[in-house]
Amino acid sequence: MTLTELLAMSLSAILVENFVFVKFLGICPFLGVSKSTSTATGMGLAVVFVMGVSSACTWCVNRFILEPFGLEYMQTLAFILVIAALVQFVEMFLQKALPSLYQALGIYLPLITTNCAVLGVALLNVERSYNFIESVVYATTAGIGFLLAITIFASIRERLEYADYPKAFEGFPIALVTAALLSIAFMGFQGLKVW
Amino acid sequence: MDFKKEARDFFSGMINNNPTLVQLLGMCPTMAVSTSVENAIGMGLAATAVLIGSNTAISLLRKLIPSKIRIAAYVVLISGFVTIIDLLMRAYLPALSARLGLYIPLIVVNCIILARAEAFASNNSPGRSALDGLSMGLGFTLALSVLAVIRELLGNGTILGINILGSNYPSATFFLLPPGGFLTLGMLIALVAAIKNRKKNVTIAEKVAEDIQQGGNAQ
Repeated sequence: MTLTELLAMSLSAILVENFVFVKFLGICPFLGVSKSTSTATGMGLAVVFVMGVSSACTWCVNRFILEPFGLEYMQTLAFILVIAALVQFVEMFLQKALPSLYQALGIYLPLITTNCAVLGVALLNVERSYNFIESVVYATTAGIGFLLAITIFASIRERLEYADYPKAFEGFPIALVTAALLSIAFMGFQGLKVW
Repeated sequence: MDFKKEARDFFSGMINNNPTLVQLLGMCPTMAVSTSVENAIGMGLAATAVLIGSNTAISLLRKLIPSKIRIAAYVVLISGFVTIIDLLMRAYLPALSARLGLYIPLIVVNCIILARAEAFASNNSPGRSALDGLSMGLGFTLALSVLAVIRELLGNGTILGINILGSNYPSATFFLLPPGGFLTLGMLIALVAAIKNRKKNVTIAEKVAEDIQQGGNAQ
């Protein structure tokens, strides 16, 4: 894949097939951790990092362990273990290096393990038979797409605090309606062709 | 085992405590596969099978798993069951399996399954855990199907592929697209909340009326 193609793939991972709004991956943290912009951005950055590194690890596991032994059917199990171990490391690292972010992310950090975007991108890489570089670039940019989505969404939700809406819509429903509107906006990128 | 209590727990898990519409767990597959009723039922039943299996296994092993590494152990058990279901579906239901694609292996990270393992199966007997798995799984299937009926009917004019609204119905494709999923789910949860609020208001009103009556009697 040439550099232009890589660039085009990145742009489409961020905008055209945004994980949250188009592929419906990573909705749980998207709805759960988007009440304040700073936490949302922290979560988004953690997801970008975990997605990039985990896709590098899962690619190696798949190429050098599963494929030679004909164990492709164990992909789900192997990948989720790699991701869980990696998230544990990230947690330990953040606890030492960035305690404030660690505090802010709180219980959501272990939840990155169960973020379907992370496992989803690992499985998509295999499905589309990307090579190492393509896998890492695709995963990282898809993570950036998640970061973009959750940051925009959190900024809107902060404003929603002061908005007036029916009582039944309190909490999740109004968030989902907001997400629907954002998703419509992202559909505008659908026709985007980079070359 | 108190049969009546079990039955009540079963239905309250399915309806009052619905994993999707009340507990708001497992949103990704909910919106992704609810574009057609057939996909929704397929996905719901696959998740139900995994839930029953994982709940039973975790409950059987609950005294052997050290609490420090329990989450990792649960995830391994769950992904084992997901792999079994995935392979079975690929063998016997290839068309459905192809349509659900990525979302079948992603059952591993469906929060409902881990939540039930942690909240129920880790401290209940295998029989009750299996029942809880069935109840939660059917609740998930029910919520998915309701969502899918609305989306398929409005988006395509059909239910389970059978034309309902006639051939002149101008399909509102919006409902089949991602934003339609968010919007329909939001509206559905708001509806559930509205019904709950109304029930709460009624009981509060009754209580106030009672209090007034009692107060009047006391005087």
